[in-house]
Amino acid sequence: MTENQVPLLELRGINTHYGAVHILKDVDLAIFAGELVCLLGGNASGKSTTLKTLLGMVTPTTGDVVLDGAIVTHQSTSYRVERGVTMVPENRRLFKRLSVKENLELGAYLRTDRDGIANDLERVFEMFPRVKERLNQKSGTLSGGEQQMVAVGRALMSDPRVLLMDEPSMGLAPALVQTNFELIQQIHEEGVAIFMVEQNANMALSIADRGWVLQTGKVVLDDTAEALLSNPDLRASYLGESGNA
Amino acid sequence: MTTTHDAKPTTRVLWVDRFLTLIRITFIVVISVGLLAFVAQQINPQNPFAQWANPDATGLTAPQFKGLLVTGLAQGAMYGLIALGYSMVYGVLGFINFAHGEVFMVGAMSGMITSNKLADAGLWEDAFLLCLLFIVVTSILISTATAVIMERIAYRPLRGAPRLIPLITSIGVSFFLQNMSVVLLGPGAKSYPALPAWLSQKRSLIGFQIEGTKLVVLLTAAVSMAGLWFLVERTRTGKAMRAVAEDKEIAALMGIDVNRTIVKTFAVGGAMAGVAGILWGILFRSVIHTTGFLPGIKAFSAAVVGGIGNLGGAMAGGLSLGAAEATAPLVLLEPLGVDGVSQLRDAVAFAVLIFVLLVRPSGLFGERLSDDERA
Repeated sequence: MTENQVPLLELRGINTHYGAVHILKDVDLAIFAGELVCLLGGNASGKSTTLKTLLGMVTPTTGDVVLDGAIVTHQSTSYRVERGVTMVPENRRLFKRLSVKENLELGAYLRTDRDGIANDLERVFEMFPRVKERLNQKSGTLSGGEQQMVAVGRALMSDPRVLLMDEPSMGLAPALVQTNFELIQQIHEEGVAIFMVEQNANMALSIADRGWVLQTGKVVLDDTAEALLSNPDLRASYLGESGNA
Repeated sequence: MTTTHDAKPTTRVLWVDRFLTLIRITFIVVISVGLLAFVAQQINPQNPFAQWANPDATGLTAPQFKGLLVTGLAQGAMYGLIALGYSMVYGVLGFINFAHGEVFMVGAMSGMITSNKLADAGLWEDAFLLCLLFIVVTSILISTATAVIMERIAYRPLRGAPRLIPLITSIGVSFFLQNMSVVLLGPGAKSYPALPAWLSQKRSLIGFQIEGTKLVVLLTAAVSMAGLWFLVERTRTGKAMRAVAEDKEIAALMGIDVNRTIVKTFAVGGAMAGVAGILWGILFRSVIHTTGFLPGIKAFSAAVVGGIGNLGGAMAGGLSLGAAEATAPLVLLEPLGVDGVSQLRDAVAFAVLIFVLLVRPSGLFGERLSDDERA
């Protein structure tokens, strides 16, 4: 987006260690309001750690996490969730023993605006009529596709400004992957910024504005989606390797 | 648990399996023959089967059986309240807090002190129910505080440690609390003041002759359980507790303060143990620093019998354990001619545990834990 704008969420020179292992190396990235961006990378490239750092589940050794221009590196996850950052975790991670309704309510755990919550619940039902039918069922009994709907719905219930998505197409039936990406676009069109971490690079880049490529903890490419799609390095090292389109 | 699920299923039958099958069969034989002998005896003490099983058996009359059952259920309700604490803490942290029996003992001790003070002031007999309410509330406060401080000092620093470590710590905490009680209150047994006479009278209720004390115990347990159910199933805090029990990371992602929720879980478990402490006081009227041990172990068994982590299961496990240990010696063992059956209640309680674990390892109401939940 425009360069003079303050990014919504930003990583500045992040270095993260798990014990002696150096996971993230000088990672810089910025997500602007209303963008759809993606972070690509193979296994163990540091994608999940990047997400956890953005959310405050992992504290970096050096560097800062910046939310709306203010440093939040040492603020809790709930502090950030309250200010509009949330995530749809990898493999959905629903509370399986809780009902669908309770899962959605937990998404709005920090909110106190009853009307807003009721509105957002309606919005989720409109987006996923199936979820409304399954409301009192234990979420562990749902099919994979339905669980994905609840996971996205739960994240939307916190009324996010930026939605982080960890491998949204992981574990979904091939037919659902396409629907899922359409859904991501739909959420994006409602004005929510989306930061998507994906292995399915072609699909992700086809809907994203910009993207980064992470390789063993370093950002090796940072460009617009079109440029990345036509970048021979990416094609050779990453897209070719993963082999899925 | 650490290696078995990697092993490929084999068809080889080990001697251990044979041994366990033998135990299962023994249990089933004892239960069925005992029950048959009991029924035979009930029909006619002179019938040959009953005579063969135990010629000296006196048989059990219906009022006697009902009396045993009520006693068993009253104690079982107490076990159930303690079991809730084991189960809740296991639910959120995945370890057994063996010091929980001592939290119960602390509650019983606090009740002993307050009730004696009230008796000295002459209020105990006159306004018994108010006094009871007062000692229950103070006991809840003290037990809750004990549980919360215990979590803060002993368990929270070990949050990231392997599960065996807090488990061993909890045994240490348990010794600490017992010895603390000796230091503060002395080593001897201490008694509760005599209960008012009207309370020990029997009154009939749906065909049962129930002593007032047991009625009070059952009612108190029922009210506490209802309160707990409401808290866990119907409030925001309860939802947070269940979420934390299932997935701490995602609970934090929802904005739940995981540490605070864990403290609340300990607090609620402590409160239930506090209520149970008072129930012990009015059932047995005597406390000593080791009071927490046996009821604690039995409540733990009850939690396992019901399916650990499951609150309804903990209460059901407590009630069935209490009922079993009170009735089984006379119903199953006496007709078989076992000597000194009423001494065998503790053995019966643990036999129930072993039997349930053999037949249904996840407990009566437990869900089978999947590998990822266990990891």
